Amino acid sequence: MSKTSRRGTKRAAKPRKRAEKPPVLVPEPPLPLPKPFVPKPMMWKEGEAPRIGVFICHCGVNIGGVVNVPAVVEYAKTLPNVAYSEDNIYTCSEAGLASIKEALKKHNLNRVIVASCTPRTHEPLFRSACEEAGLNKYLFEMANIREQCSWVHSHEPERATEKAKDVVRMAVARATWLQPQEEPEIDIKDSSLVIGAGIAGITAALSLADQGFKVYLVEKEPDLGGNLRRLHKLYPTMQDASEILNPALEAVKAHKNIQLLTSTNITDVKGYVGNFQVTASKNGEKISLDVGTIVVACGALNYRPPEGLYQYGIYDKVVTQMEMDQLLNKGAIENPERVVMIQCVGSRKGEIRAYEIEAFAMSDTSRILRKILKARKEEGWPYCSRICCMNAIKNAILIKELSPKTDVIILYSDLRVYKEYEDLYSKARDLEVKFIKFIEEAGPEITETTDKKLLVSVYDMLAGHEVKLTSDWVILSTPLIPHKDSIILARTLKIPLSPDGFLMEAHLKLRPVDTQMDGIFLAGAATGPKDVPESIVSAKAAAARAAILMANKKMRTEAITASVNPDLCRGCGRCEEVCEFKAIELVEVAPKVVNARVNEISCKGCGTCSVTCPTGAISMRHFSERQVNAMVEAALTGA
Amino acid sequence: MGEAESEFEPLILAFCCNWCSYAGADLAGTARISYPPNIRIIRVMCSGMVHPALVMDALAKGIDGVLIAGCHPGDCHYTDGNLKTERRFEAMQVMMEDMGIETQRLRLEWVSSGEGEKFARVVREMTNQLKKIGPNPFKPR
Repeated sequence: MSKTSRRGTKRAAKPRKRAEKPPVLVPEPPLPLPKPFVPKPMMWKEGEAPRIGVFICHCGVNIGGVVNVPAVVEYAKTLPNVAYSEDNIYTCSEAGLASIKEALKKHNLNRVIVASCTPRTHEPLFRSACEEAGLNKYLFEMANIREQCSWVHSHEPERATEKAKDVVRMAVARATWLQPQEEPEIDIKDSSLVIGAGIAGITAALSLADQGFKVYLVEKEPDLGGNLRRLHKLYPTMQDASEILNPALEAVKAHKNIQLLTSTNITDVKGYVGNFQVTASKNGEKISLDVGTIVVACGALNYRPPEGLYQYGIYDKVVTQMEMDQLLNKGAIENPERVVMIQCVGSRKGEIRAYEIEAFAMSDTSRILRKILKARKEEGWPYCSRICCMNAIKNAILIKELSPKTDVIILYSDLRVYKEYEDLYSKARDLEVKFIKFIEEAGPEITETTDKKLLVSVYDMLAGHEVKLTSDWVILSTPLIPHKDSIILARTLKIPLSPDGFLMEAHLKLRPVDTQMDGIFLAGAATGPKDVPESIVSAKAAAARAAILMANKKMRTEAITASVNPDLCRGCGRCEEVCEFKAIELVEVAPKVVNARVNEISCKGCGTCSVTCPTGAISMRHFSERQVNAMVEAALTGA
Repeated sequence: MGEAESEFEPLILAFCCNWCSYAGADLAGTARISYPPNIRIIRVMCSGMVHPALVMDALAKGIDGVLIAGCHPGDCHYTDGNLKTERRFEAMQVMMEDMGIETQRLRLEWVSSGEGEKFARVVREMTNQLKKIGPNPFKPR
């Protein structure tokens, strides 16, 4: 809806609660004064009106050096519902905490405000002090007068003091409406579902099973092993893939705690951390599993270029690295004169469009998904798959070792061999593998010669001229890409996708194997291209994260959740649509009466539903409209 | 009148999300980057929690400016609360036009926890801009 069409239906604005007096669009005459902010005493325990204690911290000279703290203390005492106020040199010191506890008892306080630094660092400390003194920790409020006042307004001490007073007044207004909250405790079932039996899934399953947890290992294919089953030799040790895979497979099959489910697809996942109800389908047969945690190790797919890209699919001897790996395994490569490899085929190309990011980020139809995957197949994926460089060098070395006379040439636009793999590159150099740098705009072109060989023409960027190479084989280094099933699985599990289409971790640096869904963890190439050691590392990490939950048997969840007022809810379902965490659903509470119900364990407290609700039936605990509005009104009363 | 205008100090409310922007505002403090003391920060869990009615109410009651600060797209702690805010922001601007309030009084910014400098810059820009625009016409006198 464009703004112009909206303007066409211009009508008198009706701010809420003032419908009887439509606001005038010119500044004159002035509107009637809003009623001064006088909070009504709120009873949360019978017979108890709010009695707020305000503790203002000097923080040495950090606050006291700028803000006139005694003046703020005196001001706080004048505010409604404030029963007590004092200043401390360091409120976070033992003496400061002791004085909070003492004042709580002595002055019969039921709300505490500390005006000091940021709640992001010190709120837990003050909350636990309140709890120790018998006050629910959600009746504690913090006013930030250091990071957001004294430190940024040190050049204007008087205005900083005024601002500190305002901030304290706002905190008092909010504290007046605070209510005690409980953090529900839930049981965690001691069983785990591992999705995908590639090397990551197998490792995670073994790790969990060894710790004594029941593990269901689900694989959609009839065989275990994933991509590793199709590989021949692994860099950098040049070990046979089977040397790594086979012992793991045997261990998985023999383990008493692991139940294997091959040819099985996950069709539905309900529930929440500790109590997932999983529905799977094995050859059309329905299986129900109850698990406490889920490890997703759905892996990635090797990209197959579309027909015609570098003549792939047209000439038989244009193959991908994975296909070459299998040919080497079969012994089908015999003394070729020359082999040319091309790097970054289908990766580091193209651009993910805005609608694709949106479609990846939000629930979407499979039609758009197919369209995206088709576009990516044609244009390529924009990220670096990071394992292809080492993989190409590994195959180059294998060919050189097989037939030293073969001329192996790697055409690259950029070469990235990290950590100890640099040695692999040096080894390839020593074996006289040649590297030619090309530029994207004048990339290699492939034609056939009269004697049925391949002719690769490429502009050698470093030499500054074109080279023509007659070659027996052309090998394309293609990336690992997300596969369609993993995207569908992400929808089922409600895990968001990264702009590249892989499953997204909760935090790239701090929570690399967690997802935004509590109790669901990611292992292996599900989050992006990974080689075997990296897959194993992430699988063990994911298993450890899942084991922490299951070993504790119980967990406390967020108290800041949505709550629905059933009298206002009309059961429209808008909240269910916007919830990213599957935390709201519609339930029939009485015949023909549908209400939204919040699953307080899944709810993360983002508050999107409370804004979406057209009837105002949903409010957030600890961030209710009344609590936030009190701060807004308090900000205005000082102006 | 000119003199009165130069003395005018706007009152700005900022709704900062707990995970990125509030931390960004904290970083401005830790790094001692000064900005005008015209801003009053309200911490919310997510920018997607800020009800347009709350913003409209605040403006109708005379707040000179409102800043909504959230995580950068893709960084939202709750996946895409910030993107929902972005769409609501457009709706709020239309509402402001209807109310006859300058749309510049409302600003949406993405401030990450590492962008203290950006937070300070936004506050400076907004304060200067509001000083030029003048007081909120709805401000009671």
